[in-house]
Amino acid sequence: MNQMKPRKPDKSQSPMPSDTTVDNPKSGLDREIQAKIGQKLRAMYDDIVQEGVPERFAELLRKLDKPSGEEGQP
Amino acid sequence: MKMDRSVREPLLAAVPSLRAFAISLCGNVDRADDLVQETLLRALANIDSFQPGTNMPAWLFTILRNLFRSEYRKRRREVEDADGSLAESLKSHPEQMGRLEMREFRQALAQLPPDQREALVLVGASGFSYEEAANICDCAVGTIKSRVNRARSRLAKLLAIDGIEDFGPDEATRAVLEDQKT
Repeated sequence: MNQMKPRKPDKSQSPMPSDTTVDNPKSGLDREIQAKIGQKLRAMYDDIVQEGVPERFAELLRKLDKPSGEEGQP
Repeated sequence: MKMDRSVREPLLAAVPSLRAFAISLCGNVDRADDLVQETLLRALANIDSFQPGTNMPAWLFTILRNLFRSEYRKRRREVEDADGSLAESLKSHPEQMGRLEMREFRQALAQLPPDQREALVLVGASGFSYEEAANICDCAVGTIKSRVNRARSRLAKLLAIDGIEDFGPDEATRAVLEDQKT
């Protein structure tokens, strides 16, 4: 399949399309680097997701939910 | 206004990933949170245009992305400074990868053009398909694919130097990277 699944960066049989654009003759090294990039990107992103919903937003939605509470609208 | 549970709960549920997307885009937590707040307000103001049963997260990501883009056009200079503020303004999360490693990654990400950065994050971290990402960014699927590829290839160049412990840096490439940073 040519649609890369972001959660599975390793495809030993089918090199990623990006392999051809990375200036490196060793595609094995490229795959290693690409897998690493995918891991780092998700680690960074997931760390933020795990912070959950800051009180600011829970509060905002509570305020907007009040029947008369239209003061929060721009 | 009275908010329906069927609106409020998916909005709340989407906040963590909206923040992660916003922080990845603009590299500054405070600005990202303002962007998320504006997205929620915009979504509520236009809730009638949301088709129930369709993908609420994708709809919200689209709003956020468009807000970021119009703000980016207005504040271009400030955003281009993001590679410095990105590492500074984000909380550090040393558990998954080293702080230095994380910092280098964020700096590299901030050096990507915004269209490549958003495509990479949507597909590589937010879990959207290429088709969904193309809808969010209002472009063709092939455009998303090529942006993701260019983003990966650019990040590989930026990170191959410092990031891959197994293939440690050599002096020449490190010097090149240092030059780029200045």
